[in-house]
Amino acid sequence: MIHLTVNGREMSLDVDPDTPLLWVLRDELRLTGTKFGCGVAQCGACTVMLDGMPRRSCVTPVGMIDNASVTTIEGMEGPEISAVQAAWAASDVPQCGWCQSGQVMSATALLRQIPKPTDEEIDHAMGGNLCRCATYVRIRQAIHDAARTLEG
Amino acid sequence: MRLSFLAAAVLAAAPALAQDLRGPDAFADIADDSARSAALFAEMGKVLTHPRCLNCHPVEGGPTQGDRMQAHNPPVIRGEADFGAVGMNCTTCHGSRNVSFTGSPGSIPGHEPWALAPISMGWVGRSLGEICAQMKDPERNGGKTLEQLHEHNAEDGLVGWGWDPGEGREPAPGSQKIFGELTRAWIDSGAACPS
Repeated sequence: MIHLTVNGREMSLDVDPDTPLLWVLRDELRLTGTKFGCGVAQCGACTVMLDGMPRRSCVTPVGMIDNASVTTIEGMEGPEISAVQAAWAASDVPQCGWCQSGQVMSATALLRQIPKPTDEEIDHAMGGNLCRCATYVRIRQAIHDAARTLEG
Repeated sequence: MRLSFLAAAVLAAAPALAQDLRGPDAFADIADDSARSAALFAEMGKVLTHPRCLNCHPVEGGPTQGDRMQAHNPPVIRGEADFGAVGMNCTTCHGSRNVSFTGSPGSIPGHEPWALAPISMGWVGRSLGEICAQMKDPERNGGKTLEQLHEHNAEDGLVGWGWDPGEGREPAPGSQKIFGELTRAWIDSGAACPS
């Protein structure tokens, strides 16, 4: 039995410990906001927060994170995620949308640690999140916009 | 001239793949302590210059990956804590152990902790003599005595990962046990460096 807190809710899961967290989130818990992209930690679509830090759920067996706290895009709260979501919508960042929950998770994690990131800091933090619609310029701009919103 | 150039090229820290690792007994017939010690370190160099070690001992930029030491993908930087960029630390992808991919060959390496060696311990492109001097220098080896260096080589878990690197990666030559024994014998013979 695996014990996790997912989006603030404690749960015990009767799953194979080798099952990737992404599978558990999507197939067992029906939290489908987190996407499968590559399965090999190359694209960032499956990014969740693990004990408050970004983590690729496709390469995270649940047996490795017993008793951890997981937050998915559905459970995100706070000023940073709100600012990111507003900036994302204002700039029409999502195109096909597949990578966007991962992008939003990584952008939020960045703004929680660096309230006003530079272009370089954004590129370094977001370099593991691919977008096949190539919205990278909009993503960077939206992160700057969200930072300005948070500045007040 | 050409031979000495080739020898220098071979001794520089380039990837050393698929080599056996001889234990200290193989060097017992070298009577001179200093010569034996330098030979023992050269044997240790098969491990030190293997991609499993070099990939995370860069002298500039971030880590490399794979047996061919290609650029890390996704692109990552060293970061202030030798732990990647703010917002994309090593632990964004690397967990506490190796994890096989689901649905495709290969694995993502992992260990607790997982981080780059500090820049003062960068080895890529350096000669074995230079690496040896670095390893002995407390200013550059994290303040370690030779005894602590032996403990590190013989028992540290992240060093040991080099022999258990997960599917899709060649292990370092020999074993951590032999590497520890070589380090012990190198220290006991005077910790001399190859010229």
